[in-house]
Amino acid sequence: MQVPSHVEYERAKSIEHALSLLTRPETRVLAGGHSLIPMMKLRLAQPELLVDINGLTELAFIRRDGDELRIGALARHADLLDSAAAGECFPIFHDAERVVADPIVRLWGTIGGSLCQADPSEDLSAVFAAVRAIVVIRGRAGDRTVPVREFHLGPYETVVGPGELLAEIRVPVRSGTGSAYEKVSRRVGDWSIAAAGAVLQLDGAPERPVIASAGLGLTAVGAERFVAAEAEEFLRGRVADEASFAAAAAIAAEHCHPSADQRGPEDYKRHLVAELTTRALRRAAARVTLDT
Amino acid sequence: MTIRVAVTVNGTEYARDVEPRLLLIHFIRDELGLTGSHWGCDTSNCGSCVMWLDARPVKSCTVLAAMADGRAVRTVEGLEQDGRLDPVQQGFIECHGLQCGFCTSGMLMTARWLLDHHPDPDEAEIREAISGQVCRCTGYENIVRSVRWAADFERSGRGEPA
Repeated sequence: MQVPSHVEYERAKSIEHALSLLTRPETRVLAGGHSLIPMMKLRLAQPELLVDINGLTELAFIRRDGDELRIGALARHADLLDSAAAGECFPIFHDAERVVADPIVRLWGTIGGSLCQADPSEDLSAVFAAVRAIVVIRGRAGDRTVPVREFHLGPYETVVGPGELLAEIRVPVRSGTGSAYEKVSRRVGDWSIAAAGAVLQLDGAPERPVIASAGLGLTAVGAERFVAAEAEEFLRGRVADEASFAAAAAIAAEHCHPSADQRGPEDYKRHLVAELTTRALRRAAARVTLDT
Repeated sequence: MTIRVAVTVNGTEYARDVEPRLLLIHFIRDELGLTGSHWGCDTSNCGSCVMWLDARPVKSCTVLAAMADGRAVRTVEGLEQDGRLDPVQQGFIECHGLQCGFCTSGMLMTARWLLDHHPDPDEAEIREAISGQVCRCTGYENIVRSVRWAADFERSGRGEPA
């Protein structure tokens, strides 16, 4: 029988209340709880106080606001999967959410919780890295914004400090972009063996589109900050064709650091990175609508 | 340290003083004696503990009872109304949707939620809906048929009270 250790519980009545509770040492935010509670059962996490923020519904939004897509930290995975606004700007979110955990877990797990958990195998970290999201962190002195590529300090570690709360994620929406996410896992609901997310912004003539910018996120393969930076750099300014995609995918596979584990050996994971990066780039490019 | 947890379960109000670390599944089974919901893998994989919390299915081994304070829970005991089985329960009888029955309460609660939101699911949609739940008797074929039976029953209007 798995039972968490002794812990105190407070329900946040407001964001300000949550922030003041979170100044206490050994305190953790409790949102969906679908990562934190299993970790508490295994004593991988032993907080002294849980601050339940499920009542802070003002953080549970997803909306397009001018040239930004804004996602509240308490939005659930199922909300993102159901959001037409999100799917229109960034099909990568729907690709990824279809393969995050299972449908019941997706009803409870939160977007903010996924990012803050900072699990190296978690899908959304790579997705938000690919779309170059901006994270809004609220503290008692006000908000600060951090590019998501500077948000993760390492496995299970983020820049969110004591007395702070991840409030929202903002994604800049640009015209002429397409995006996609490709994942291989052993079974429904499992972590990725490897996954790749791609965002392409194209310009030029529709018959010979050129890559204005590329975002590439990698999951579960030890990519620094979930990004395939060398492959992104390679793609910029090149023609968006199969040769460019294959070359970029080989660079991504070369520069990541997968570990051999029960999900497969290192060479298999590098093979997956190359294949999934190619597929994600191909599908992202096919989703771009270029003005003629 | 204990805290007061007041929950409405299947329309009845209950209140208990419990430890904050108590999981919802144990609150429902051990504190309230409603043992229709089953405690299975303990790792939010198997889905035998699925019940509704505020009208959404949840794997109740992965939420604290404290999180349910002031909220409404619906368990398999709440499916039957006035002596009439819910159509999903009837479907599991008609189509032999269970062998040992351990996964059944969770399957039923997910099936009920699916049909409430999606009254005419095809086989792929039913399989997707129950993809976070495990039947070790390998009875998925019959579970899918059972849910589909309930969908047909409700769409034919036979589910309405006379």
